[in-house]
Parts: sequence; structure tokens; C-alpha cells
Amino acid sequence: MAVDYTQEAPVIEGNYSFRDISDIISKPMETIPDKKYFIALGISLSMFGVGILCWILTFVYGVGKWGNNVPVGWGFDITNFVFWIGIGHAGTLISAILFLFRQRWRTGIARFAEAMTIFAVINAALFPLFHVGRPWLGYWLFPYPNNYKLWVNFTSPLLWDVFAVSTYFIVSLIFWYIGLIPDFASLRERTKNKIKKVIYSIFSLGWRFSHRHWHNYEMIYLILAGFATPLVLSVHTIVSFDFAVSIIPGWHTTIFPPYFVAGAVFSGFAMVQNVLIFIRKIFNMEDIITIDTLEKMNKIIIVTGTMVGYAYGMEFFIAWYSGNPPEQFAFLNRAFGDYAWAYWIMVTCNVVFPQLFWIRKIRRNIIIMFIIGVIVNIGMWFERFVIVVTSLSRDFLPSSWDYFKPTLVDIGILLGSFGFFFTLIILFTKTLPVVSIAEVKAVLKQAQPSHHGEAQNG
Amino acid sequence: MDKKLFCLAAIFDKVDDITKAAKKVAESEYKFFDVHTPYPVHGLSQKMKLKPSTLGYIALILGLSGAALALLLMYYTKTLNYPQNIGGKPTFALPAFIPITFEVTVLLASVGTVLAMLFIYFKFPNNSHPLHGTEYMDKVSLDKFGLIIEAKDPQFDEFKVKEFLGSLNPEVIMPIYYDPEDLNFKAEIFHPKFMLLLGVVIVLTAGISYILLNKWKQIPPRNWMWEQPRLNVQSSSSFFSDGFGMRTPVPGTVSRGNFPYVYSGLPDTMAKNLINPVLMNEYHLKKGKEHYNTFCSPCHGYFGKGDSRLNNQFPNPPSLHSDKLRNWTDGQIYHVITVGQNIMPSYASQLEPIERWQIVNYIRALQRALNAREEDLNE
Ligand code: HEC
Repeated sequence: MAVDYTQEAPVIEGNYSFRDISDIISKPMETIPDKKYFIALGISLSMFGVGILCWILTFVYGVGKWGNNVPVGWGFDITNFVFWIGIGHAGTLISAILFLFRQRWRTGIARFAEAMTIFAVINAALFPLFHVGRPWLGYWLFPYPNNYKLWVNFTSPLLWDVFAVSTYFIVSLIFWYIGLIPDFASLRERTKNKIKKVIYSIFSLGWRFSHRHWHNYEMIYLILAGFATPLVLSVHTIVSFDFAVSIIPGWHTTIFPPYFVAGAVFSGFAMVQNVLIFIRKIFNMEDIITIDTLEKMNKIIIVTGTMVGYAYGMEFFIAWYSGNPPEQFAFLNRAFGDYAWAYWIMVTCNVVFPQLFWIRKIRRNIIIMFIIGVIVNIGMWFERFVIVVTSLSRDFLPSSWDYFKPTLVDIGILLGSFGFFFTLIILFTKTLPVVSIAEVKAVLKQAQPSHHGEAQNG
Repeated sequence: MDKKLFCLAAIFDKVDDITKAAKKVAESEYKFFDVHTPYPVHGLSQKMKLKPSTLGYIALILGLSGAALALLLMYYTKTLNYPQNIGGKPTFALPAFIPITFEVTVLLASVGTVLAMLFIYFKFPNNSHPLHGTEYMDKVSLDKFGLIIEAKDPQFDEFKVKEFLGSLNPEVIMPIYYDPEDLNFKAEIFHPKFMLLLGVVIVLTAGISYILLNKWKQIPPRNWMWEQPRLNVQSSSSFFSDGFGMRTPVPGTVSRGNFPYVYSGLPDTMAKNLINPVLMNEYHLKKGKEHYNTFCSPCHGYFGKGDSRLNNQFPNPPSLHSDKLRNWTDGQIYHVITVGQNIMPSYASQLEPIERWQIVNYIRALQRALNAREEDLNE
């Protein structure tokens, strides 16, 4: 197998003109969706509907509809919150961190991954909002002058979370929008439909492809990437502080921040890879979202998966090495206690299966990588479940120990969150360019000036 | 309406051509030129001799203000406005403030810089720019590269510019015109359609806020837990056999602290001889002052002069410094507090007996203050 490593592989395979790129990417928005689209939308909408029903039940009757009990005050709600926030992290990693590292293969997948970030964060934010019990008073989470003369507790990790998640959402949204502006402008020029033209004109803000604008635009992209990079690391760090700053055995460890960030990227990449496999097939974008790109994502999955595996091991080592009996008990209980089944699902899914990606054939096999992606996400969901529930169910007071059982409403909400996420994704594929038109044009072979010794004196 | 020339535009097919052309035009005498490309072309900025973008400085300033703002807010709320002891941390707990400071820094810097770029640097939204809706825009948005020299350039001469552009070997050269009327378009505030829209928006916002604030918040479970599964006073209950929600005390018992006052109607005979059990000392006077200011001062005034703060909504009471009152025994004042007098209501339900005596002492102190005796001077 001869691979030439001296040459950087082209990001886009095949010979495409600029016009072809515009055509391919705009096609989903210009054609009427077919039957399969509506079937997919129908399935995700029905899942979403189940979720809405369960949210309404929670809204009217309160969180008593959930399986949360004493001492397991955090059940599915916080598990799902951490899971979805984690899914979001892949998008920012692709759009910001890989941008700073000049990984050009990110161009084909950045837009989609960012969109997934935004949908995942919206999804995640719902959980703590309902978890507080009276979601209509959710604005109490923000510091504002009020007639109770009270302020929020700025020293609480839960409040840091409020700031981190809302900042993350806003910054991701504008990052995404900034990337969309030139594409809205190309669509505005393309479309023959009057209503669409008005909509695209509004969102393109009158972008006119001037290089004087591109000049600042590239700068802001760099600045935003520079800010989003520490931001995304901070978000899951702060999410992990929700646990690590408390004193519950099994939570109170300093390894949590890096471990959570690695886990987030791990599950996020698996999710992005899964969805992209469908997108590139359905919209004939195999040459834009290439198999090389997918392979690179699988490499990141194996890296982060191994980091997560290392963290699992290190937690046990530290529990033993610390000589702290409650800590040791917490970990023995995790592996061999009531929730051992969840623990071992997590370990097999997260540590064992991704290791198959060491084999190049598997890294490049669509079906196998899809299955491994699904397995990783199952594993990562269980990781959060294990962390949240096993530690709480065996707190310091043995008389209050209890087993957490989710109710139907809990399961309905989990199902609904997937429905919500996929509904948004399905709608997104038909309304906005799923790949950045301008960025992909910029990485075509003919796109950049050939430097005939001009670069130095230019 | 006549159209005016906005610019002369040249279109190129290859990216190498546009970089060469950009370099030449930047070296020429024309200042008002621009290049349009469907995607950012590397190195074009240097060819066009553009100054480095200043957005970085804006981000820096906004980021620093974000950090300062967050720290000031937390300092003000946690140290000045409402200091609280949380887990024994100092009120200004810098390490615990870092996460939020960081988030606000990032938030302000990124949002602010983007807004500055879009609305100040680019003067967006601008969909009425002369280039919009032209064939030129159509091409440069898709796969061609364009270069324009604007007519407002002081060196602009249609013929010469055409010649210059021709020397760059473009695919085509085209003039772009615009209608000055379009640019002078002014929004008519009193246009009926706009007024209608405004009206609809006003009615909608008012209606929605009304419903949210007055109706939405009353529907259970959003009504602040007003409705609870409990027995209200005077309501019936199927739980007890007699159907009453309220219970009568067990015969022959008195509830704790509820010692009946037996002298109502007997102010001058029996109440007069009640003995004040509370000492005249600093502690009791302080308490008495507190209770007096809370319960009595609205009508009697802070110093008992009968200067009520109720703006004649309730008849002004007489002064507490009258000779009559100074000659009253403590018991008689106590009696008035306990059962009231004419239109003055009883305060028995609000004040414990000892609190009533403390008030009596405070009234005595007030009286003494206005009628000081010789010996008071010595103290
Ligand atoms: C709602 C207003 C109001 C409040 C509050 C109030 N009073 Fe009075 N008080 C009156 C009025 C009016 C009178 C005159 C009643 C009458 O016509 O005999 C009065 C009369 C009195 C008198 C008798 C004065 C006299 O010359 O006959 C005393 C003593 C007195 N109040 C003490 C108190 C004390 C002590 C308190 C606080 C516990 C208090 N009052 C609170 C309205 C008030």
C-alpha cells in the first residue's frame, strides 16, 4: 500500500469548477424534498412529539414525574445535559481549533458541525432549565437588579455553567452566522424566487464579495477562532466543575476537566461522523466530504477515546493511591456495585471498540465506522450516567442510599431530545448550505494564485 | 430618471489574472478601486496594499472591558451591595470569580467585534449599493473575479480608465450605472402601511405582556404556590365528622402564650393598678423604640406628637405628651395598647405583652425628653 506522505492530500477530490461547487451545495435548497425526506422528518418529528408531551407533563406536574429521588437528585436530566453539551463540542473543535491549526480538511465539514453545535446546545440548555423545577422563572439564573434585592451566587459552579453555556451558545451562533453571510450572498444571486431573494438579501446584509471586506472578514474569523478555542475548552471544564467542585466521592477529582473535554470531543466527533455519512451519500457530496476526511475524524476519535480510557484507569489508580476509603468504595461500587452493568457498557463502548480504528481498513469502511460511531455515543451517554448516578446513589449517608430508576417520562424526554436534534438537522439540510460554498471554493486546486517566484516580492 | 455612472468594472477568469491586475491598479493613480472575488484569495490584500485590519485592537479593548465589567459587577454585588458568607470564602473571592470573568470577556469581545465589523466597518446592512442586482455581482459571486474603479475617484476619466482596464487583459469591461433616486430613498415614517404595522406591533406587545404578567402567572402551577393542598381558615373539610375545617380547642385548655386579658372595659379601676414588669433600661428602651416606630409611629408620629404620616386618611390622634397622659399609670397606657380606645384598634394580636410594656417605657422616655427635670441636667 503506497501512500505518498510528502504531498498533502487534496481536500476536495475530483476536478470541480467553482460553478459545480455552487451547484452541488445549493442543490438541496433548490429541489423539492422527496418522499424519503418526509419519512425521515416524520420519524424525527414523532420522536420530538413524544419529547414535547413529556416536557409538558413535567411542566404541569413538576419534576416529580422524573425518577430523581433522594439522594439521586441528578438523574437523566443532568446526564442528558452533559451528553448534549459534549456533542456540541465537536463543532467548535472543527471550526475553531482545526482552523487555528490550519487543517484544511475541516472546510468540508465545518458548517455542518457548527450547526450541530448550536442544535446540541439548545437541546442541552433545556435540561437544566426544567431541572430547576419552575422553568418559567429561569431568568432568575441571571444577575439582574430585582425587587428581592438578591444576586446570584457568583462563586457557584452551577452559575459558572449558566455563563459558560450561554456564552458558548451566543459565540457559536455568531461564528456560524459570520460563515454564512457570503453564502447567503451567493444564494441571493442564484435564486430566481422573489421571496427567497428577499430572505437571502436580509440575511446576507448586503455582502458584495469585496476584497476590502474579505480582508477584515478573514481577520474576524481568526479572532473568533482564537476566542472560541479557549471558550470550548472552558465550557466542558466548567461543566465538569459542577461535579469536581463538590465533595461527593467519585466526583471530587482534578482529572475531571481534561477528562470531560476529551470525552466531549470523542462523542461529538462520533455524532458528526454519523450524520455526515448520511449527508454525503444523500446529497452526492462524496467528493467534498471525502473518505479521507472521515478517516481523519476517526483518528481523532481514537485519540480522544484513548484519553478517556486513560482517565478511567487513572481514576481507579488515584482512588487506590489516595488511601481515602470513601473514594475507594465509590470506585469499587462503580465497577462492581448496583450499576456495574452501566459501567461495563461504558468501558466496552468507549475503550474497546474505538481501538478498532487502528486498522486502516476499518477507518475507511463506511459501515463499520458508522457502527463504531453509534457505539461510542451509547458509551458516552452511559459514561455521564455512571458519573452522575452511581456517585449520588451511594453518598456519605448509608441510610439514604437508593437506586435510581428512570420513569417513562425520563425516557420520553431522552427520546424527544434526539428527535429535536434530528428534526433541526433535517430542516437545516434543506434550508441552508450544509457546506460552506465560499470556503470550499477557496480550497479547490485552481483557487489560489500560483506563485511563480512571486510570493517573495509580492 | 437619468442614471449615473458608478464605476467601470473588468471581469477576469483566472485567479492569477486578478492578482496581477490588483497589483497594477494598486500601483496606479486610482484610489477608489476594489476587487471582488467569490472567496477570499490569499495574498490579495498585500497586492492591493491594504493596511492590516484593525479589528484586533477592537477585540482587545472589548475583551478588557468585558473582564473589568464582570469583576466590577461581582465586586459590587458580593462585597458592597449584598455581602454574604458563602462557605467561609472572602466576599471578594477572586479565584471563584475567574470563570465568569473569562466568559464575559469572551462574550463581549467576540460579539462586540463582530457587530463593529458588520455595522461600523462595513456599514451593513446595505442592500441598495449600486453593485447589487448587476450582472457583475452575479458573476463575481459565482466563479469570476472582478475589479472596479469608481467614478468618484478624482483621477477618473472614463476613456482613460477603459484603456487602463483594457491593458490588464480582462474578459470583459462593463460600465455600472445607478439611479441616484435609489440612494436618496428616505423612509416615510407616516406611510399608512408603516403606521399600520406599528399599530399591530404595539397591540401585540401590549397584549402579550398583559397576558404574560397578569394571566399566565396566575395559572397553576405558576402562581407562586398560592394554591396548595391545605385547609384554609373558615373552609369546610370532609375529613372531620362535623364538616368544619377549623377545630375548637379541647374543653378546659388554654393554648400556649394565649393568656386572656381580663380587664377589658375596666381601664380606670383594674387596669390602672397593673404593674409594669419591665425594667427601665437601655435594652428594653431600644426594643420599645423599635416596636413603637413600627406599630405606633404611623399615627402618633416618631415622637408621639400626634403628627401622623397618614395624610389625613385616618383621624390624627391626640399628643402623647398631654398632662392627662403623663399622669396616667403605666397600666392605663398598656390597657389602650391591648384593647384599643374608640377608633384606635387593639394591638394585642401584633404585640406580645412584654413588647407592649417595652413600648410603654419608651413612651415614658419620650415624655421625659420633652419635660426634663432639673436633675436630668447632671447626667
Ligand atoms: C391607626 C392609627 C393609630 C395607631 C397605629 C396607634 N394609635 Fe394610638 N391612638 C390613635 C387614635 C386615633 C387615638 C385617639 C383615640 C380616641 O379618640 O380616643 C389614639 C389614642 C391613643 C392613646 C390615648 C391617648 C389619649 O389621649 O387618650 C394612647 C396611649 C395610644 N393611642 C397609644 C398608642 C400606642 C402605644 C400605639 C402603638 C402600639 C398606638 N397608639 C398606635 C391612633 C393610633
